[in-house]
Amino acid sequence: MRSAVEIAAAVRSGERTARSVAEEHLATIASREGEIHAFNHVTADAALAQADAVDAKVARGEDPGPLAGVPVALKDNLCTRGVPTTCSSRILDGWLPPYNATVVERVTAAGGVAVGKTNLDEFAMGSSTENSAFGPTLNPLDLSRVPGGSSGGSAAAVAARFAPLSLGSDTGGSIRQPASFCGVVGVKPTYGVVSRYGLIAFASSLDQIGPFAATVNDAALLLDVISGHDRMDSTSIAASPTALLNDGTDVAGLRVGLVTELTDVEGIDPEVRAAVERAASALEAQGAIVERISVPSCIYGLSAYYLIAPAEASSNLARYDGVRYGLRVDGDDVYEMNSATRDAGFGAEVKRRIMLGTYALSAGFYDAYYAQAQRVRTLIIRDFAAAYERFDVLLSPTTPTTAFKFGAKTEDPFSMYLSDICTIASNLAGHPAMSIPFGLGSDAMPIGVQVLAPALGESVMFRVARAIEAAGGVA
Amino acid sequence: MSSNEVQAEIQYETVIGLEVHVELATKTKLFCACANEFGSEPNTNICPVCLGLPGSLPVLNERVVDFALRIGEALNFTVPQRSIFHRKNYFYPDMPKDFQTSQYDEPICAEGWIEVDGERIGIERAHMEEDTGKSTHVGGGGRIHDADHSLVDYNRAGVPLMEIVSHPAMRSSEQARGYVSELRAVLLAIGVSDVKMEEGSMRVDANVSIRPVGTTQLGTKVEIKNMNSIRSLGRAIDYEVERQTIATNTGERIVQETRHWDESEGITHGMRSKEGSSDYRFFPEPDLAPVAPTDEMRAAARAAIPELPAALRERIVAEWQVAEHDARVLVANPALSDYAQESVAALASGSARDVVNWCTGELLAYGNETGSEPNSWALSPIALAELVGLVGDGAISRSQAKEVLAGCLAGEGAPSDVASARGLAQVSDEGALAAIIAGVLEANPDAVAEYRTGDEKAQKKKRGFLMGEAMKASKGQGNPALLNRLLDAGLA
Ligand SMILES: [Zn+2]
Repeated sequence: MRSAVEIAAAVRSGERTARSVAEEHLATIASREGEIHAFNHVTADAALAQADAVDAKVARGEDPGPLAGVPVALKDNLCTRGVPTTCSSRILDGWLPPYNATVVERVTAAGGVAVGKTNLDEFAMGSSTENSAFGPTLNPLDLSRVPGGSSGGSAAAVAARFAPLSLGSDTGGSIRQPASFCGVVGVKPTYGVVSRYGLIAFASSLDQIGPFAATVNDAALLLDVISGHDRMDSTSIAASPTALLNDGTDVAGLRVGLVTELTDVEGIDPEVRAAVERAASALEAQGAIVERISVPSCIYGLSAYYLIAPAEASSNLARYDGVRYGLRVDGDDVYEMNSATRDAGFGAEVKRRIMLGTYALSAGFYDAYYAQAQRVRTLIIRDFAAAYERFDVLLSPTTPTTAFKFGAKTEDPFSMYLSDICTIASNLAGHPAMSIPFGLGSDAMPIGVQVLAPALGESVMFRVARAIEAAGGVA
Repeated sequence: MSSNEVQAEIQYETVIGLEVHVELATKTKLFCACANEFGSEPNTNICPVCLGLPGSLPVLNERVVDFALRIGEALNFTVPQRSIFHRKNYFYPDMPKDFQTSQYDEPICAEGWIEVDGERIGIERAHMEEDTGKSTHVGGGGRIHDADHSLVDYNRAGVPLMEIVSHPAMRSSEQARGYVSELRAVLLAIGVSDVKMEEGSMRVDANVSIRPVGTTQLGTKVEIKNMNSIRSLGRAIDYEVERQTIATNTGERIVQETRHWDESEGITHGMRSKEGSSDYRFFPEPDLAPVAPTDEMRAAARAAIPELPAALRERIVAEWQVAEHDARVLVANPALSDYAQESVAALASGSARDVVNWCTGELLAYGNETGSEPNSWALSPIALAELVGLVGDGAISRSQAKEVLAGCLAGEGAPSDVASARGLAQVSDEGALAAIIAGVLEANPDAVAEYRTGDEKAQKKKRGFLMGEAMKASKGQGNPALLNRLLDAGLA
């Protein structure tokens, strides 16, 4: 099995056909998808057609693009024209988007081959894919354990070698946490670096699309393709990170801060803490300067997140009313129909968050909840800004523990929410962060180390990630 | 005295605030590139964005900001460095996202005013927002709750609106009508909307309350909707004031509610509402950046503002000696007032007042009848100046001029050509007319005798008869002023 970078090079040079690459991956999917359930929908025929188109370009001597023939799995909250896009929810039953998300267009234009739509927690709300209306995805490394979430299907697809690359979305850790659980690389870019056009919104001010890959350089390859300004997204930023692919591993002289609030606190598994400390030592050995740093407001991130994200979601999900598309359950009048449709179409966690968000925005509560959460957000941004005056990047665990067992946290939503404790602050700040696999726990499950960087600090973040990857080796 | 009688003696003052929604005449919608067009086939001007499809995102149309800045300039608003959009959350089937993207506590225009009949009316704010689609409820009771089914046209969804909210600063229906007329004239003049109340591109809701004269606390306000002309706005306010006065005098409590104006019955109805009071859960729209107009955008908007109606009226009244009323009618129609100004500039003889009279009379009627704009008329402003000149020089009479005007509008050519082709010319040859008068006096000795011996009434009658004979003898072409003078001389 080769990396995405190697596959693209082989297809571009004519050494391999895109069709043979696609067939090989579709065969892997056929052999293990039954037990893993990474996908809601496998687009085998379309994938072969896309692969053939790439091969035809190579045959004509045209540039097939940097992702030539590389299979890419797409989280099922990314709109794909004419292909079911469900958010793993019954409410979008039967809906076929009439348009492609900007990232889907960019992947395809770069020669990538979309192999299917991956499972997620319904509307990306969850940390285990157990909230999918179509059943959970299983962790390919241990089928009794969750793959993480919400982008569990995309993480599992890469871990199971169904595709060397996949796309997920990260609102509070939904890329980094499953990457950590499945032993792959997962990146949440700076807010605005990747267009959200065509990403079905969960929490608009926090959502960001990013790549999963087996290696740091493969993740860089995909991020290079999907980043860049898009006039269809008003929050898309004009300045993109410079090319990240092959952008070096030199960390000599870099200042690395180990965030105590995310590392040295109760709830962080000692094995996980030890792995982060080993990663820090590895960086030190390569010439980086490592110190512990306090980012005090980090601890309020979870509370702020669980007001802001549900508030935005309560508004974003209002449109699923049975009037225009998706599920419709009849009622005596239009409002009865709206209620019946939403009652039947949304799962328990989605309903819980809509209720929470509606409450947080209600007259009389807005200042105490939503406005207060936004003030905390400002505080977090300020604390990070102070930290980045002293450090180039920050380091922490990606998750408090390794992948947990199915059902371990479904009875207690709050314990599930805690699995995002280390990742949420980056979303609130709009900063980039990524998870790199670094060793295994005593349960033989992978541990993820998180590298955090200031806004548009992707270049330095990837350099540090490569150094960690080089030290720990790829699982 | 009973308390009712005591209350009946209280004099009430009317307090009116107006919320005016104006559809902006941009080529495309507020957040997408769909055409902003009235009257297209249902659901043809739509896309993922204005349908609110999952995953779609809004992108602000800069032209809308330009129009908002013009409104800010023309209505004396303060336009802050930064304004933001909010989401107004409520369920309604013709609203694709089930929230309306609007502005809330940081609007683009804050605290402005407009002068109406010499008085400044304060305007609290003006903000940008998107329009909803349009529902048609079919069968059953024809309302959303009891129809068999409903059809929704999303062509209007996402059309840019400005909501202009006055302070409760008006004290009579007349003043409210004056406010809307003036607002309409300004919006037309600055080219941001076609402001047609009948087509719904201008919608006026009135907040009406009453309070005892001399008090300053506002009474309970009632919102009235569904007025489709300035006239019905006035009628609805008058009705509502009377309703509230009677209710208050009979000890009934006014409830804060929305009432529907019924044009045919001439009354307001309370609207049956299924929900209790709405909580719109406003919060800042995370998908849009703050609106921060640059100095260049502000300058461009300022440069696009023409002479405003009040100033234009004042100038026309002073320079052209026309009545205030005529100036008002003319200026309410910017295309026509441009036309008149061009025509007056081309006048060689005749008066500007005549130009205005033609414009606000025959030409305005012609435009309304044919639904045509002045720039499409076969009579150019320069040709109108020529026509006015022909009358001024005495070459044709006013009544002949009407015929010439009709011929010109029908495309028969320039006024002088139409006049000669139709054989229309005024005889101003004094010698010829004197001969006609002499002939008439000679042919009607009895009338002349009765004129000379009769009282004032008889004189007037006979003089009219003789004048008619003279005009007849001239085949209607005699210059009336000249004929009159010659007749007086002959009878003296
Ligand atoms: Zn549109």
